[in-house]
Amino acid sequence: MKKKTLVIATVIALIVAFAFAASWYRGAEAERVETIADESTTVLVPNHAMTLGPKDAKVTLVEFFDPACETCAVFHRPVKELMEQHPERIRLVLRYAPFHHGSEDVAKMLEAARLQGKYWEALEVMFATQRRWASHHNPQPELLWQLLPAAGLELDMERMRQDFAGFEVASIVEKDIEDAATLGIRKTPGFLVNGRPLPSFGLSQLQQLVAEEVAANYSD
Amino acid sequence: MNTTDPGIDRDWLLLFGAWLISTLAALGSLFFSEVMEFAPCSLCWYQRIFMYPLVIVLAFGLFPVDRGAVRFGLPLAIGGWLVAAYHLLLYEGVVPESASPCRQGVSCKEEYIEVLGFMSIPALSLLAFTAVVGLLLVLQRRLRR
Repeated sequence: MKKKTLVIATVIALIVAFAFAASWYRGAEAERVETIADESTTVLVPNHAMTLGPKDAKVTLVEFFDPACETCAVFHRPVKELMEQHPERIRLVLRYAPFHHGSEDVAKMLEAARLQGKYWEALEVMFATQRRWASHHNPQPELLWQLLPAAGLELDMERMRQDFAGFEVASIVEKDIEDAATLGIRKTPGFLVNGRPLPSFGLSQLQQLVAEEVAANYSD
Repeated sequence: MNTTDPGIDRDWLLLFGAWLISTLAALGSLFFSEVMEFAPCSLCWYQRIFMYPLVIVLAFGLFPVDRGAVRFGLPLAIGGWLVAAYHLLLYEGVVPESASPCRQGVSCKEEYIEVLGFMSIPALSLLAFTAVVGLLLVLQRRLRR
């Protein structure tokens, strides 16, 4: 029986060690990200970033998203509802983490639409039609060029194509990709609430972390 | 000491060592992908296909020490060793990536981590497979006698 005991004890020891290492790593990683966010606010919220909500809100919710990511589309509405639950207290910062091949182009299209003041409208259309242009994790940005005007968005498409190919738009997306790597964002959507990553992924975890930060920064 | 459980002998320890190494390697690969969130490349997946069954096959071969564990374990370990060797050559730039099967998704040359400052993930894999193959070969010779 000694052998069986040895094998079972080894298995248990390895599982326990794995769990400890995982929890230690997650803690260390969260601390690392918080330190970076504290030291450099432009890594978290660069000047170019698209924001929603008051500038002086004490809770900053940074969301790294991939236009072609289905979960990001699913989270779009709950995030807005979360902001309505805490009115005037949350500033949403949207940033790109285009991990799908080809979705970088869609991020650039959004930035080009933004130059015409149509960012949020374009974002809505993009998520609403995601199934058509990004089915089976295979983004086809070409389709979006037709879907955007078809949805009734008044965009100067010629100007949009020019902006899309320009340096300004490309550098914004590039900076976001760079910062996503620095902040340890490897999955989308990636949330940081006042620089704190979610302990584990999920809507309830996000709601809880936001509630914690609201409670910590507002006295009532 | 009865005949069905002859206690811990050298044969058993050899097999136990091979099992322990493959289990550590399997858990390590899961730590990289699930905890550290490194996306496994295609060659990593082939190595996993060879490594994970070893954990089960070798564990069952331990009770009692079974020639079958070597018979079924050795081909898996050698298959994994070949993929790991190819992966390391690719990673170190000896084999050009254009001649490799992994062009889409994660590059097999993606540098994630250097354990202890010099061990890359493909090197760790090759080390583990080499150890398992070595232990199983020694065991095979002993069991033949």
